[in-house]
Amino acid sequence: MEGEEKGRERQALHVSEDLQHMVRGQAVVGLRELIWRRFRRHRLALVSIAIMTVLAFAAIFAPLLSSPNDPYTADLQNLRAPPSQEHILGTDRSGRDMLARILHGGRVSLSVGLIATSIYISIGTILGGVSGYRGGVTDFVIMRITDIVMCFPSLLIILTLVAVIGPSIFNIMIILGFLGWPSIARLVRGEFLSLSERDFVTAARCLGATERGIIFRHILPNVVGPLVVAATFGIAGAIMAEAGLSFLGLGVQAPRPSWGQMLSAATSLTTLERRPWIWMPPGAMIAITVLSINFIGDGLRDALDPRTMLD
Amino acid sequence: MVGSAQTGPTASLPRFEPWFNRGGYTLGRYILRRILISFPVLLGITVVTFAFANLAPGDPVTAMIDPMSGIEPGEVEKLKEALGINRPIPVRYFLWLKEVLRGNLGYSYVTHRPVATMIAERLPQTLQLMFTALSISVVLGVSLGIYAAFNQYSLLDNVFTFMVFIGISVPAFFFALLAIYVFSFRIPLFPTSGIKEPLSTLPPIIDRLHHLVLPAAVLGIEGVAGYLRYTRSSVLEVMRQDYVTTARAKGLRERAVRIGHVLRNALLPLVTIVGLSLPSLIGGALFIEVLFSWPGMARMAIEHTLGRDYPVIMGIGLVSATMVLFSNLVADIVYTVVDPRISYE
Repeated sequence: MEGEEKGRERQALHVSEDLQHMVRGQAVVGLRELIWRRFRRHRLALVSIAIMTVLAFAAIFAPLLSSPNDPYTADLQNLRAPPSQEHILGTDRSGRDMLARILHGGRVSLSVGLIATSIYISIGTILGGVSGYRGGVTDFVIMRITDIVMCFPSLLIILTLVAVIGPSIFNIMIILGFLGWPSIARLVRGEFLSLSERDFVTAARCLGATERGIIFRHILPNVVGPLVVAATFGIAGAIMAEAGLSFLGLGVQAPRPSWGQMLSAATSLTTLERRPWIWMPPGAMIAITVLSINFIGDGLRDALDPRTMLD
Repeated sequence: MVGSAQTGPTASLPRFEPWFNRGGYTLGRYILRRILISFPVLLGITVVTFAFANLAPGDPVTAMIDPMSGIEPGEVEKLKEALGINRPIPVRYFLWLKEVLRGNLGYSYVTHRPVATMIAERLPQTLQLMFTALSISVVLGVSLGIYAAFNQYSLLDNVFTFMVFIGISVPAFFFALLAIYVFSFRIPLFPTSGIKEPLSTLPPIIDRLHHLVLPAAVLGIEGVAGYLRYTRSSVLEVMRQDYVTTARAKGLRERAVRIGHVLRNALLPLVTIVGLSLPSLIGGALFIEVLFSWPGMARMAIEHTLGRDYPVIMGIGLVSATMVLFSNLVADIVYTVVDPRISYE
C-alpha cells in the first residue's frame, strides 16, 4: 500500500517536472534547442554526425591527406601491391595508391549526393506545392505525370539516359537530380493539402494575407521538417545510385576515382578472391557513408516529428 | 477520397473529380475507376518510351523493320514510308504504337533479332530470380518483424533494427561481392556464377536451385530489411488500437488476440507493399544478374546499354514499366477487396 502511494507521488512529481520542462522548453529554450535535445537522444545519429564530419573533412582535404601519393600516378614497381608502408592500403591494377583514390573518391560521392538531391528537392517542392495548393486539373495532371515517372524502375530510365547523353560525373548529377522528384512532389503535395485546410491558414487568409504570404510564411515553413528528413535519405540514395552506376561502368569514368568504380575491379574473380584490399575498402566506404547518413536521417525524423514535439 | 486507397482523418479533402467519379461509390466502381485511371498512365509510359526512342541516335521507325528479311533497298524506303518516316512526330507515334500493340518491339541493332523474342527468352529467368528473392524477403522479413514487435526493446529487437539499417544502406552489389567471397571462395558452398553446371550429374532442378540460392538471397536482403521494418511498425501500431484492448478485456487469450486481432489487421497492407516492391526488385536484379552472370532480362539491359542498342533498352523499359503498373493495379485492387476498412466513398 505504502509503496503504491509513494509510486503515485513520484509519478505526480514526474509529471510536474515534465510540465516545467515543457514550459521552459517553449518559453526559454526555443524550438531549435528542443530539436537538438531530441536529436541528441539518438546515439547512433550522433555517432554518424561525427563520422560524416570526418568524411567531409577527409574529402575536402584529400590532396593534403594523401600526399605524397596522388590518385592518378601509377607506381609501376607496385602493381596490385598489398598494403605496405609506402602504400597504406595497397595499390590497384595500375599501381595507383588506394588510399589516395579512396580519399578523392569521397569527393565524388559526397558532391554527387548533395547536388543531385538539391536539384530534385527543388523540382519536387515546386511541383508538389503547385499541385497541392492549386488542386483541380493542375493537380490531376501533375500527379499522373508523377505516376508515369514512378512506373519506370528508376535505374532503367537512368541507364537509358546515360546511354543517350553519355556517362560522366556531371551527367550523373543531372540525371539523378531530374528523376528523383516524384516522391518529394507527393510528400509536399500531401503536406500542402492538409496544411491549407488548417485553421491557422484560414485565419491568415481572413486577415488578408496574400497568396504568396500564405504559401511562403504559413505553409512552407511547416513542410521544411519532412523535407529535411526526405533530403537526408535522398542524399544516401543518390550516393548509392552513383556508386551503382559507376560500378556498372555507366557513371564516373576512369581515371577519376569513385568508390563504385573502384569496386568494379572485383568483377574479376581473381581480384575478388585474392586481392581483397582492392575492393573491400571502397565497398566499406560506401556502406559506412550511406549507413551514417541514414542514421542521421532517422535521428532527424525522430527530432522533427511534430506529433511528438513536446515530449 | 480518391486516387489511392488510404485510411485516416485526412481522407475527406475536397479534390478534383474526373467524370467517371461523379455519382455514388461502390467497390465495383472503385475498381473500375482504378483500372480506367491506369490507361492514361500506360499511354504516358508509351509516350515517354517513344520520346526516348526519338532522342536516341538512330531512328525508331527503321528499327521496326526486320533487317534480316532480305528486302531490296527500294522496298526499305517503301516500308519506311508505310511506317511514317516522313510524317510529323504525333503521327509517327501512333504508327509506332500500332506496331508495339501488335507485339513488334523492333529489332536489335546488334543481334538483328526481334526485341520481343529476346525479352521473351530472358524474362523467365529474371522472374524466377525475382520471385525467389521476394519469397525469401517476405517470409523472413515478416516473421522477424512480428517477433521484433512482440518483443519490443528486447535485445534481438534492437539487433534487428540495426540490421535493417545495414540492409537498406549497403548496396546490393557489395553484398553480392561479399557473398561470393565468403560462400564461394572462403567456404566453397555455392557456385560463383551462371545458371547451370555444364557437366553436372545432379538433376536439373537441384542444379538450378544450387545456382539460384546465393543470387536470390542477396537480391532479397533489401526486401527482408524493408518487410521487417514495415511489419514491426505496423504490428506495434495495431497493438495500440482500442479494439485490441477490448479483445483483451473480453478475456481472450493473448494468443488469440495476437493472431486473430493484431496480425490479421497489421499484415493486410502488406499486399500493397509487395505490389509496390517490383521496381526495386528490378533495380536490384540489374546488379545481381551481372555479378552472378545470371542470363536474365536485367543483365541484357546492361549489356545492351553499353553497346547503345536502343531498341532493346526501350523494349525492356516498356515491358518493365508495364509490369510495374500492372502489379500496382493488382495490389491496389486486392487491397480494397480484402480490407473492409477502406472507404471508396
